[in-house]
Amino acid sequence: MPSATASQTIGPYWHLLEDPSWADLTRFGAQGERITLTGAVLDGDGKPCSDACVEIWQSDPPVSDSFPGFGRSNTDADGKYRFTTVKPGPVPGRGNAQQAPHIAICILSRGLMRALVTRAYFHGEKLNATDPLLLSIEEPARRSTLIARPAGDAAWRMDVRLQGDGETVFLDV
Amino acid sequence: MTDPTQYRPLTPGTQPPYDAPGYLGTIKRHPKQKPHPLPHTITETTGPSFSASHFPPLADLTKTGDKPALGERIIVAGRITDEDGRPVPHTMVEIWQANATGRYDHPADQHDAPLDPNFHGAGRVFTDADGRYRFLTIRPGAYPWPNHRNAWRPNHIHYSYFGPAFATRLVTQMYFPGDPLLAFDPIFHAVPDEHARNRLIAAFDLDITEPDFALGYRFDVVLRGRGATPMEE
Repeated sequence: MPSATASQTIGPYWHLLEDPSWADLTRFGAQGERITLTGAVLDGDGKPCSDACVEIWQSDPPVSDSFPGFGRSNTDADGKYRFTTVKPGPVPGRGNAQQAPHIAICILSRGLMRALVTRAYFHGEKLNATDPLLLSIEEPARRSTLIARPAGDAAWRMDVRLQGDGETVFLDV
Repeated sequence: MTDPTQYRPLTPGTQPPYDAPGYLGTIKRHPKQKPHPLPHTITETTGPSFSASHFPPLADLTKTGDKPALGERIIVAGRITDEDGRPVPHTMVEIWQANATGRYDHPADQHDAPLDPNFHGAGRVFTDADGRYRFLTIRPGAYPWPNHRNAWRPNHIHYSYFGPAFATRLVTQMYFPGDPLLAFDPIFHAVPDEHARNRLIAAFDLDITEPDFALGYRFDVVLRGRGATPMEE
């Protein structure tokens, strides 16, 4: 049987596909605690990546007619993505573990031959202390790259550093 | 609760590295640290399901303006299966591309080639129950890019696939058979394994070709499979 098809970069022109409303996961009338998740995608020189495609997926709340679970945002001149969504609750992990609330993030961009995958957890969640993924990252500084910080009323921020100082933990999924 | 079945690891050599120095754009954008292992959980083994009512299909890219788009009409069609050969049904397939002159209808594309007011260059369909999809479009032109002296991208169509899970997401590019520019393209050549690389080249297909209308190309794609690797025969 053939292996999975090879990835190629999304390039700088993917916006031809873009529907900006996709960045709002509450647009179909989802119930729940509405939040924004924003952040800048930065390259190895700390410069903004202004042509990236950032996608999110959350397995909670469950997908329904009013909640797609999936969103896509561009990054602006400052490298910033921005989503409006419903704050996820905990979801089951492997074994009997519970996972802390989190949002999966997929970053596609010019200069990335493959998608980069990471997660946003929420600062202050009790379950962060026992989350299997967070526990498996030994260095606290590395672990903190996956924690979104409060940035105002129902607003959360997590920057993504592709390379170098403060490099975000990317996941081998 | 039963643990979700893992998607299989990608086969070594069949995927490009993040650090692909021939493609200058990767230099400042590839992570230096190794990716951190994450055994799949419900977050990775589930994924978005798109309904055609929320995400309207557009299979014909040649008739989005007042007049037919300029250039050579082509049909691109194929089948999406997983690594076990099973069809991937009802999954969203997105494409985007340059027009016949090699120019994207995009503000960042400043290549001095004419835009076609009747060609935008983006489409979306859903596979049928057997994993098949089909687009009618225009053969995209080659265009220069600033990667190195006299660098030209081969003719290509960008493709985006979701599959059943977050772990099956794939974005790639489809190339055309016999394109002399493939030999010089660092993006195509970033895939180390020659066989895996050549699978990105569509096949001319007389069965997809429609008489007196348009040439047909077949581009089949494989998304990751679940569970243990099947035994080699």
